[in-house]
Amino acid sequence: MTVLDMKNVGLTLGKTDVLADISMHVAQGEFVSILGPSGAGKSTIFRLLTGALHSDRGAITCYGLPLTRNQQGFAFMPQSDALMPWLRILDNVTLGLEVQGVPRKEARARALPLFADFGLVGFEHRYPAQLSGGMRQRAALLRTVLQGRPMQLLDEPFGALDALTRMQMQKWFEARWQSARWTTLLVTHDVREAVALSDRIYVLSRRPATVIAEVAVPTPRPRFGSPTPPDAHALEAHLLDILLTQTGDTL
Amino acid sequence: MHIPLPRRSGAGLTRGLPAVLSVVSAFALWEIYVQISGISPLILPAPSRVLEQMLLNREVLWRNTVPTLQATLFGFSLSLSVAFVLSVALDFMPRLRRALFPIFVVSQTLPLVAIAPLVVLWFGFDLTPKILLVTLVTFFPMLVALVDGYDSTDPEIEELLYSMGASKRVVFRRARLPSAMPYFFAGLRISITYAVVAAIFAEYVGARAGLGIVILNAKNSFRPDLVLAAVVISSVLTLALFAATALLQRVALRWRDAKGDQ
Ligand SMILES: Nc1ncnc2c1ncn2[C@@H]1O[C@H](COP(=O)(O)OP(=O)(O)O)[C@@H](O)[C@H]1O
Ligand SMILES: [Mg+2]
Repeated sequence: MTVLDMKNVGLTLGKTDVLADISMHVAQGEFVSILGPSGAGKSTIFRLLTGALHSDRGAITCYGLPLTRNQQGFAFMPQSDALMPWLRILDNVTLGLEVQGVPRKEARARALPLFADFGLVGFEHRYPAQLSGGMRQRAALLRTVLQGRPMQLLDEPFGALDALTRMQMQKWFEARWQSARWTTLLVTHDVREAVALSDRIYVLSRRPATVIAEVAVPTPRPRFGSPTPPDAHALEAHLLDILLTQTGDTL
Repeated sequence: MHIPLPRRSGAGLTRGLPAVLSVVSAFALWEIYVQISGISPLILPAPSRVLEQMLLNREVLWRNTVPTLQATLFGFSLSLSVAFVLSVALDFMPRLRRALFPIFVVSQTLPLVAIAPLVVLWFGFDLTPKILLVTLVTFFPMLVALVDGYDSTDPEIEELLYSMGASKRVVFRRARLPSAMPYFFAGLRISITYAVVAAIFAEYVGARAGLGIVILNAKNSFRPDLVLAAVVISSVLTLALFAATALLQRVALRWRDAKGDQ
């Protein structure tokens, strides 16, 4: 079943053509990545889905219905963790539920059992500034999935982490995803991350963005922990090649 | 679970020591100079004489401190309430903001020396003109602090809230208002120090009682020791109010102190 369908979506902001022609779809339980150079318009696609921007051309549907102004299809995790520094972790995590009108007590009852899986036990009453980068990202992720929306939009969730923490987080996230199977659209500019986590990958061109490649990743999961199979390596090299021609730097 | 904050009292004492020492030695030098030079107390009274006069005239001084404190607190509360209500309105209506802001800026260019007598002329010798003048002086800094504070909100946090289906009102309450709190307290600490001075100035221009009146009368009867006694009280008032806001800030912005406390 198709959760998200974008057909020939285009967007011009001011005089800048940001999105030229974007078509993509995500099925229930599927993990799809958008891979593209910085400034391609990846975050802009998410802004269209969350309703912060409206497309000029094309059609976006969620479960076959056009996006309305107050659609509730997507849970969004911004590029920075966007945790509120004045709220304790527990209150940050339940934010989405409280905005939806769920009473605080019930929201907490739903959140607390998940703290163990997200490695946040003992930090419920800490402030975000007291957590490490990886923990903050896990808290932001917990805030996202707790909203119970049909689909998760993750904008470079591991982009700001140091290399070691990023690898730990990717491994942890793969395990979480395997047990929960959230329908996920992930934005990244990290080829290895896209290949390691996704069922399918869309590659964007430079701005104005079009989809220049769509590839499926057949490698069986779990992909972390076992040696990277040669076909995954080949795929990474192939994608990197496409991206490098897109950045247009001919050294 | 509770995170124990590092105990600050000891560290605070050591940190405050240089300030205390410099103030004490300044007064000591002043006292010594007056004693050695034998200068007339009608020109420059020694700190010991000011203290002595404070004790001798404590009843008069106290009776005149109360109206000043009232004018300060009422005026400041009024200023806070108006600044808050207006800041919210301006935040929701950017066009109103563009229309009204120039007026507020102009209100800050009015010289108090000229305005104060007019306000007293219009509103009489009672509490009202003092309250209005304190408000006039402290209102704008508070308004600017709040408006700037709202604008300091992290746009990604706002975008996140909108993506959760929040209305503008919810975004204001959950993101813009808390983001403004550090700015609010910074503004509060600054304007509370203006408030006492503004009240005394308003009294000086025309009032039945107040520290401003004490200063006026003492000046007219060539009593610099009494003038300084009133000055000491006004400084103590300002310091006390400043300390109260600092304490309030410590409680309200506890999350900021929690930083780095892994
Ligand atoms: N409001 C705007 N007006 C004009 N250009 C914009 C606007 N917002 C974003 N852009 C441009 O759109 C491009 C895509 O931005 P973004 O989606 O954030 O890229 P990324 O793929 O790195 O997430 C950028 O080059 C940016 O300069
Ligand atoms: Mg981006």
